[in-house]
Amino acid sequence: MIFADAFAWLVDPVNWSGGRSIPVRVGVHLLYCLGAVLGAAAIAVPLGLFIGHTGRGGVLLVGGSNALRALPTLGLVTFLYLLMGGGPAGVLIALVVLAVPPILAGAYAGVQGVDRGVVDAARGMGMTGAQRLWQVEVPNALPLLVGGLRNATLQVVATASVAAYVGVETLGRPLLDGLRVLDYGQFVGGAVLIALLAVLLDALLAGVGRLVVPRGLRLSAGSRRRGVELAAAAAQPDAGGSTA
Amino acid sequence: MKRTLAVAVAAAALVLSACGSAEDLGGSGQQADSGEVVVGSADFTENKILAEIYAGALKATGAKVTVKSGIGARELVVKALQDKSLGVVPEYTGNLLNYFDKTNTTSTADEVYAALKAKTPAGLEVLEKSAAEDKDVLVVTKETAERGVKSIADLGSGQYVLGAAGEWAQRWESRIKELYGVTFKEIKTTDAGGPVTVDALKNGTAQVANLYTTQADIAVNGFVQLEDPKNMYPAQNVVPLLRSDAVDAKGKQALDKVSAALTTQNLAELVKRVDVDKETVANVAADFLKTVSL
Amino acid sequence: MGEVVDYLSDAGTRAALLDMLLEHVYLSLLPLVVSVVLAVLLGLLAHRLPWAKAALAGTANVLYTIPSLALFAIIPAVIGTQVLDSANVVIALTLYTTALLVRPVADALDAVPAHVTAAATAMGFRPVRRFLAVELPLAVPVLAAGVRVGSVSNISLVSVGALIGTGGLGVLFTDGFRQRYLAPIVIGIVLTLLLALVVDLLLVWLRDRLAPWTLVGKP
Repeated sequence: MIFADAFAWLVDPVNWSGGRSIPVRVGVHLLYCLGAVLGAAAIAVPLGLFIGHTGRGGVLLVGGSNALRALPTLGLVTFLYLLMGGGPAGVLIALVVLAVPPILAGAYAGVQGVDRGVVDAARGMGMTGAQRLWQVEVPNALPLLVGGLRNATLQVVATASVAAYVGVETLGRPLLDGLRVLDYGQFVGGAVLIALLAVLLDALLAGVGRLVVPRGLRLSAGSRRRGVELAAAAAQPDAGGSTA
Repeated sequence: MKRTLAVAVAAAALVLSACGSAEDLGGSGQQADSGEVVVGSADFTENKILAEIYAGALKATGAKVTVKSGIGARELVVKALQDKSLGVVPEYTGNLLNYFDKTNTTSTADEVYAALKAKTPAGLEVLEKSAAEDKDVLVVTKETAERGVKSIADLGSGQYVLGAAGEWAQRWESRIKELYGVTFKEIKTTDAGGPVTVDALKNGTAQVANLYTTQADIAVNGFVQLEDPKNMYPAQNVVPLLRSDAVDAKGKQALDKVSAALTTQNLAELVKRVDVDKETVANVAADFLKTVSL
Repeated sequence: MGEVVDYLSDAGTRAALLDMLLEHVYLSLLPLVVSVVLAVLLGLLAHRLPWAKAALAGTANVLYTIPSLALFAIIPAVIGTQVLDSANVVIALTLYTTALLVRPVADALDAVPAHVTAAATAMGFRPVRRFLAVELPLAVPVLAAGVRVGSVSNISLVSVGALIGTGGLGVLFTDGFRQRYLAPIVIGIVLTLLLALVVDLLLVWLRDRLAPWTLVGKP
């Protein structure tokens, strides 16, 4: 019954044109997400690769980035809004902060998890550190790195919805507006759109991942996400016993 | 086997401890017949203050009172009153009437109050309305007002950007055109009189904003309230809505005294003390009660 | 900083903070406990039936992809709860955590060496007892790793519930925002991080009690 209202809201032409329409909000949502993931990748990929390659500062950094994962998104978004005095900058910074940990974990765990035997073999072949990184470690790290990017995207898509609370025109807008006036069609319709966007983006990134990851290094879909998360958990200093 | 037992015990302990705290949270826990009155409030500052004031007034008559704050939408509040999980809530005449009677078109204070009394469902009642009013108001910056915008009628057509909550357009866009011939260049979705709306007006992304009359932001930022000579926005006098058998005659009398003492101005001052001066709701309400002779 | 001290100086405020903290603990940990039980049952199912494993893994992946705010809103539409009911948050977080745990539990059960189960059977263990006394304990480290990830994510996600009426410490964010008051927001963030840390330490402690063999060789 509620879904019928949601469907009616979704197909109502009023919601498909003008400044507050569904396409505009999808566009704004995607722009925020794209900006945040690119920004976070620019920080986290080099850092993760460096730490994974040298093995220096890994425990500290992964521990720190794990603490970041516990950051409440709504708290961060409202804090940065008030700190920056409104506007989109605060939201964008919040999204970047939240996208860094999964990418960092993916890059770090990817490089660090490369079979030592493989790295030793590369060294034995006379490869320099840089050659080992680019020709051996990075390609081998790609599955987990792409997994990290996918996780970051999910986090950012979710948080951009929450950020509608501080006034950005994302897909969280109809959901929150619908709740305020108990317009369940709009409330659930908005939720369905957010869910669809997240699932489609994830599938898209999975496809991209399949294209860029060398054959022979591909993980099954299921082991990817947990691979990254559990690798991050296992990398905590106190988790020595867990080999998961 | 010992290990299994340990797992089971640990899990059971966690479940039990979780249940323990569930007790305190039971959203719709039925109110006991001990004569205890539960005062509910919505989740915005002014409503929380009013709930604390009501609770204090009822306590002064010797009643046992608890306050449950942050009860969300009106639909739930009314349901909670009817199923006895709440006894009293601070309400607003116009919005409450619209909820009970979706076809309502009255807008002046007395008309709205009379219609509300007639439409309140059996078992529930509204007491005397107070002079304090927290209603929608369109505001502009001082600079805009100085250019001659004093009334809604001065907004013209397609000249300004309005910042308002998501439902504004649906509720008022055609009405404002019908009454005043006013249209906007754009209606920006901000929030319901919150920081986003205020900031939009301050930084100029909107030139007109929909706020609420008791809001501290209006005075703090020197915003000018536009006159509404045709009463587009209905009156919103503060009024206690209660389940008739939840409060005794003494309690009702005390609440009437509170309503008589409330004005838009002193209510706005109370809101300011919480929102701007960061005093706590409980302290502000207690101070106000000292000024009412119960 | 002075703002935070001022904010905390009121006894009523401190009592309210404690209530929110307790609600937060309840809303984030109840789903954790429920999903451990669910994940063990579903993981067992997946371990026994390969087709169930594929179906569960697929469902779990999609579920895990849905943003929390959306899931909070879709649940009442599916099961008919009130939109502002705290059950929506509990159910959503249970779904996430179960989705996170099922596959590793199934994998861990798959990974129990055949000779171990054979030995248990030879010792006269019946299937149920063998599962509870041999296979499940061997899955504890994997389960613990998943539960730790789940607890951190639940504790952080509960706050989003403040937007739909049930938020534990998340209420500090919406209240603080409306009042333009950083103190409650900062306190909300700090308490959330501390809670995540404390629960994580407890989980590590619990894991080491339940699977002490993983400590062998640790300094």
